[in-house]
Amino acid sequence: MTFLEFVEGPFFYVAAAIFVLAALWRLIGILRIGKKPDLSPPKGSAVAGFIKGNLRHFFPRHLFAERTWMHILGGYGFHIGLFVLVLFAAPHIEFLQTRIFVYDLGINWGFEWPALPRWGFIIAAQVSFAGLIVLWVRRFSDPVMRLISDWDDHVGTWLTFLVMLTGCLALQESHDVLRAIHMLFVNIWLIYFPFSRLMHAFTFFLSRGATGATYGRRGMNP
Amino acid sequence: MSQIAIKTLLEQTDRDIAAYLEACVHCGECAEACHFYEATQDPKYTPTYKLVPLVKAYKRHKAPLRGIKKLFGLVPDEVTEDELRQWEPLIYDSCTMCGRCTLVCPMGIDIAGTIRKVREGYAAADIIPEGLASARGYVEQTGSPMGVTPKALLAQIKRQEKETGIEIPVDVQGADYLALLSSMEIMGYPEIIGAYAKLFKRAGVSWTISTEAYEATNIGVQIGSAPLARELVRKIVDVAEGMGVRHVISPECGHAYGALRWAGPNLIGRQFKFEVVHIIELLDRLRAEGRIPPGKKDDRKLTLHDPCQIIRRGGLLKEPRRLMHDAASNFVEMEGAGIANLCCGGGGGVSANPRADELKTKAFAAKLKQIDDIGGVDAVVVPCANCRGVFEDGMFEFDSEIEVIGLGELIAETLDAAE
Repeated sequence: MTFLEFVEGPFFYVAAAIFVLAALWRLIGILRIGKKPDLSPPKGSAVAGFIKGNLRHFFPRHLFAERTWMHILGGYGFHIGLFVLVLFAAPHIEFLQTRIFVYDLGINWGFEWPALPRWGFIIAAQVSFAGLIVLWVRRFSDPVMRLISDWDDHVGTWLTFLVMLTGCLALQESHDVLRAIHMLFVNIWLIYFPFSRLMHAFTFFLSRGATGATYGRRGMNP
Repeated sequence: MSQIAIKTLLEQTDRDIAAYLEACVHCGECAEACHFYEATQDPKYTPTYKLVPLVKAYKRHKAPLRGIKKLFGLVPDEVTEDELRQWEPLIYDSCTMCGRCTLVCPMGIDIAGTIRKVREGYAAADIIPEGLASARGYVEQTGSPMGVTPKALLAQIKRQEKETGIEIPVDVQGADYLALLSSMEIMGYPEIIGAYAKLFKRAGVSWTISTEAYEATNIGVQIGSAPLARELVRKIVDVAEGMGVRHVISPECGHAYGALRWAGPNLIGRQFKFEVVHIIELLDRLRAEGRIPPGKKDDRKLTLHDPCQIIRRGGLLKEPRRLMHDAASNFVEMEGAGIANLCCGGGGGVSANPRADELKTKAFAAKLKQIDDIGGVDAVVVPCANCRGVFEDGMFEFDSEIEVIGLGELIAETLDAAE
């Protein structure tokens, strides 16, 4: 077994299994903590509030946008760029279709979607890198972020950066070793993810929903 | 002492609080919505930073996957008493629990609600500011944080009867509405009692004030002591249910409304046999039913302050605006009015905590600027007695001549002017 076969084969599946199991463990663990039912007579719907709360916080309020524009641009740039890269880069589509859905799991889900052209990849990567770098630079240049950031914030950022960087290096698919290094970082990232603040990718909807539900009962949507 | 605090902090961490602590990405945007940070530019006032003791206790004792993290030495150290004391001013002096930070948080974290839970831990360990401790002492002796006794209340009622020429019903069994007041209103703005008398007489409302349960202020909610908050709510509930009233009126006081309307049933573990209605909500209803006719509009340039616990966290956004439009011909909103309005700087027990005076005044400067930016405002309507006190202190401090008035009084005055 070559190093590439190892990182794309057994190591990847172990990393993916840790990712799925630990992330589920953490989410279920949060939910299992439970909450006493709210006995105050409601004025609005908690369920509608949960949904509204989730949607409302995608859109910054203009009153604050003036002050937080760098975060808004950096955050949206990074996340949108990253999702585009993960889901629409040609090698990723091939990997997901052949290594997970069809060949390895033996299931043909019928998922097929078009890949980004090369120029699209370059733009998405640049936007994503720019966003990530802005967010990271602010971690040590902005006094507020410097005070509240911890090692987890930096490790998560660096791992994500390395996954993206090695991915770009492997784009040409000219050397197996570059692809193997990319996969190595992907696997490390997958293992680190559920134990870290990267989990905000899943916990955000619980948090927004909790506030939305509480204040939805009161007829508000803060 | 720290063990009691940690135990209580962990008990307070329910699913929602855990979701908040798990979702925070340390982006620091909450600082941009905090008036204390805005006024000082000191990063320690970043709302999420105020939660550090809770975050540490949660990660060490309650967070899922903590066992695996422990193996790698990745859980925080135990919270120490020194640390709790170090954070105490951040938790009590620099958070009014106004909830404005939630609006800007991309994760929608209710930091104000979480601070309320952190205060439970502090109150359990008796690590609270002196000002709040002495207010608690008054409550234990008299039921009122300002030591307002039934005799003092009756004296103020008599004065208002003389002033208005209307008899004010006291301890009337079977009235429809039981009106609560805050200490601040009874001692600082007793004309609100006269305003109630005029408005309710005009609307034909059957109402009463009780000499047993008149105090709406709930210092337990401000300190973060559920046992004390429960006792104060229970006193109101027992009296109101004993009198057979159908509604209890929460006064123009921010946290009192939240304490009774939203937290109350959860504190005593059951729903009430009466409806809790805020005075603003009631006046809006009476106006809609035509029981309070439109009076002569006040033609001064007026603006409206949004008390956080009534508007943003209480759900009464449109009601005061409808009343303002009916009562004033030149009503102007300040920038950011409504759900995102700035706090006065003295809510959540901050105004009862003299140690926080300087910080409160700095935060009020931002509020005053918001009003000054409108230009030419004659008076600001502040439908919360606590905010009103903060406004009056602040106006004096900054030599502002803008008048501060209550909403109930304004409406009562429009009726007077029409007669």
